[in-house]
Amino acid sequence: MFTWLHKLGSPPVLYRFAERAAPWCKWTAFALLAAGLVGGLILAPPDYQQGDGFRIIYIHVPSAIMSLFVFAYMAVASAVGLIWRLRMAHAVTAAAAPLGAAFTLLALITGSLWGKPMWGTFWVWDARLTSELILFFIYLGYMAVANAFPDQRTGDRAGAILALVGAIDVPIVHYSVQWWTTLHQGATLKLSGSNMPGSMLWPLLVMMVAFMFYFGWLLMIRLRAEILRREKRASWVMRLAAD
Amino acid sequence: MHSFHEFLTMGGYAAYVWPAYAVGLVIFVGSAWLSRRGLRKAMSRAARRAQEVGK
Repeated sequence: MFTWLHKLGSPPVLYRFAERAAPWCKWTAFALLAAGLVGGLILAPPDYQQGDGFRIIYIHVPSAIMSLFVFAYMAVASAVGLIWRLRMAHAVTAAAAPLGAAFTLLALITGSLWGKPMWGTFWVWDARLTSELILFFIYLGYMAVANAFPDQRTGDRAGAILALVGAIDVPIVHYSVQWWTTLHQGATLKLSGSNMPGSMLWPLLVMMVAFMFYFGWLLMIRLRAEILRREKRASWVMRLAAD
Repeated sequence: MHSFHEFLTMGGYAAYVWPAYAVGLVIFVGSAWLSRRGLRKAMSRAARRAQEVGK
């Protein structure tokens, strides 16, 4: 495992890995998205309180989970990059940030569209919504900072520190519904099991895995671009580009 | 879901459910488009560089 990770620290190895992994992620994501959408929009029964309005859950919860997962992943990669001075760890972080921001934006918009019919308002400044909005700004801040320096390594380090400090917001978003009173409902999924019936639950799980693979697909594409940009002087990039 | 009509109207929640999925589609397609365009650009820049160095 460790030698495998060590090999992936080499730009050409990581590049080829990304190239090969991308189509697998892509087709898995599309197949799961199709299954999850049919299950969530057609097969699942309407909710006894929210009717068909609850179907927003199949897009809102996966994107909200991804917004937290991607940031946690960026923080871990940043720590690896800072501690072991692994350049590719920073490439992996930088490639993920715009995707995390996109998931966060999607979670905010779909949440707002869900809030209007259920709470009577598109937006409230409560703990869950505000901390998720802050997460969106942290993503934008990371992207601005990481690209603000002419020297790649300075930008990498500044971005990594921002990612580590910003990661404090991830548990805040997650636990906000327990720590503060809020309009937002509590967690749908718990490790101890869920009180959702199976016909409603499986499309949600399928959509979550689909979002994960969709992220993986675009991450592999962005990572290749990131490596090409960073390694532009390397002879293997020259050879690759000349073909 | 009992009928196609029910599916379209989402039991009265169509004005919220469908825009949510439309925004999802836009963000998914948009991020895929931007990511692939970024790779194409990086590739063509590298190719130009390789040509300059090769001369």
